[in-house]
Amino acid sequence: MPAEGHGHGHFHEVNFDPTAAEPDHYDAAPTAGRAYRIGIGGPVGSGKTALTAALCRALGDEIQLAVVTNDIYTTEDADFLRRAGVLDPARIEAVQTGACPHTAIRDDITANLDAVERLEEKFPGLDLVIIESGGDNLTAVFSRGLADSQVFVVDVAGGDKVPRKGGPGVTTADLLVINKIDIAHLVGADMEVMTSDAHRMRGPLPVITQSLVDTPDAPAVADWVRSLLPVRAG
Amino acid sequence: MDLSALILADSRFPGGGHVHSGGLEEAVSRRLITSERDLPGFLSGRLRTAGSLAAVFAAASAHAAARFVVSGHWSRLDAELDARTPSLAQREASRAQGRGTARAGRIAWPSPVLSTLVAETPRPHHPIVLGALVGVAGGSPYDAAMAVAYLAVSGPASAAVRLLGLDPFAVNAVVARLDLRSVCEAAAAVAGDDPASLPSPGSPALDLFAEAHARHHQEEVRLFAS
Repeated sequence: MPAEGHGHGHFHEVNFDPTAAEPDHYDAAPTAGRAYRIGIGGPVGSGKTALTAALCRALGDEIQLAVVTNDIYTTEDADFLRRAGVLDPARIEAVQTGACPHTAIRDDITANLDAVERLEEKFPGLDLVIIESGGDNLTAVFSRGLADSQVFVVDVAGGDKVPRKGGPGVTTADLLVINKIDIAHLVGADMEVMTSDAHRMRGPLPVITQSLVDTPDAPAVADWVRSLLPVRAG
Repeated sequence: MDLSALILADSRFPGGGHVHSGGLEEAVSRRLITSERDLPGFLSGRLRTAGSLAAVFAAASAHAAARFVVSGHWSRLDAELDARTPSLAQREASRAQGRGTARAGRIAWPSPVLSTLVAETPRPHHPIVLGALVGVAGGSPYDAAMAVAYLAVSGPASAAVRLLGLDPFAVNAVVARLDLRSVCEAAAAVAGDDPASLPSPGSPALDLFAEAHARHHQEEVRLFAS
């Protein structure tokens, strides 16, 4: 829960509740002169690549966009995006993570920063670089040195208890996406439980539920992304 | 050993080293390494060739940084190490780690020496930039040699644990038994020599593994960048 008054006239500046989640108080690193960077993380198979493809479809005509994929199956995900035909293949960079996908997005972001810089050199004036993490566990989050904002993607098939389990991905990501809601009834996932747990764990941070079968262009997530990008003149 | 050398040799240092296996992944995919028993030979060979070369150039670079070399020296060291690294894939791997080390190192140990080095060689070789950082921080050529010689074997050792699920205690013991000291003493002894006359140990097998690794990545999945 956010810091709040509790009846005796003062506010607690520091919250020691380990389950608390609240927005980062600090300004993000200045992004002037470079592309805005959004990280997309989440467990294996939750739909990170599908969401990345959907965002490319939704935003590819509006803004200058590029993608970095990270995976132990690097070529697999990059090939998926290339086959999907949603983005010029030259705008997709694949990064090898040495079998440690979370290290590459959090502890040592060098390989990813190099890939972002290669894309920015190749395509000056990029508005947005999406960095898609390799599938990992619930503790994997992006370093603020790599991603200006991050999305954590879980899906109903992973079990409706996942939001309740928490972990930094669920509790601190700037956006939590609960994916594949069209099959919730088939896998016995209770959407009411998932969304209420998610909101309880995340406090004021946003949660979006979606099905890329029903809405292939991920309109709600695309709107969230638009809200982050600096307003451009003209 | 200077703190700078310990930090630079630490696998937690954010310089991009964790995605490189030093040819170990290629050796594993060829089933040349399948157990802990195969590791001492590989690591000892790597230490005495690629590791020794890296140690020589890191020591020379630390020596150069400590005496504020004249302009042009970094380009000469760069060209000499290029000439001793026949595999393009290995040169790329070295420069990728060098760039990452420079990015992290300029924040930790800012110095006009480093600015000159990066201006002369924007994508420096890993041993050269690492040696310069140790020299700038006040470490010795031997410290710099020890850091890169250790990285030359600790990276592949860690990759072996990740790729083969080897017993981490056994792998750690293999690394502990390697004779880094004599390699690094030899490197420090020639640190002040003219770059062109520095030693040139080589390993054709590792050169070929590096090339094969890069080629195979076009066809099938490789988890490491080298």
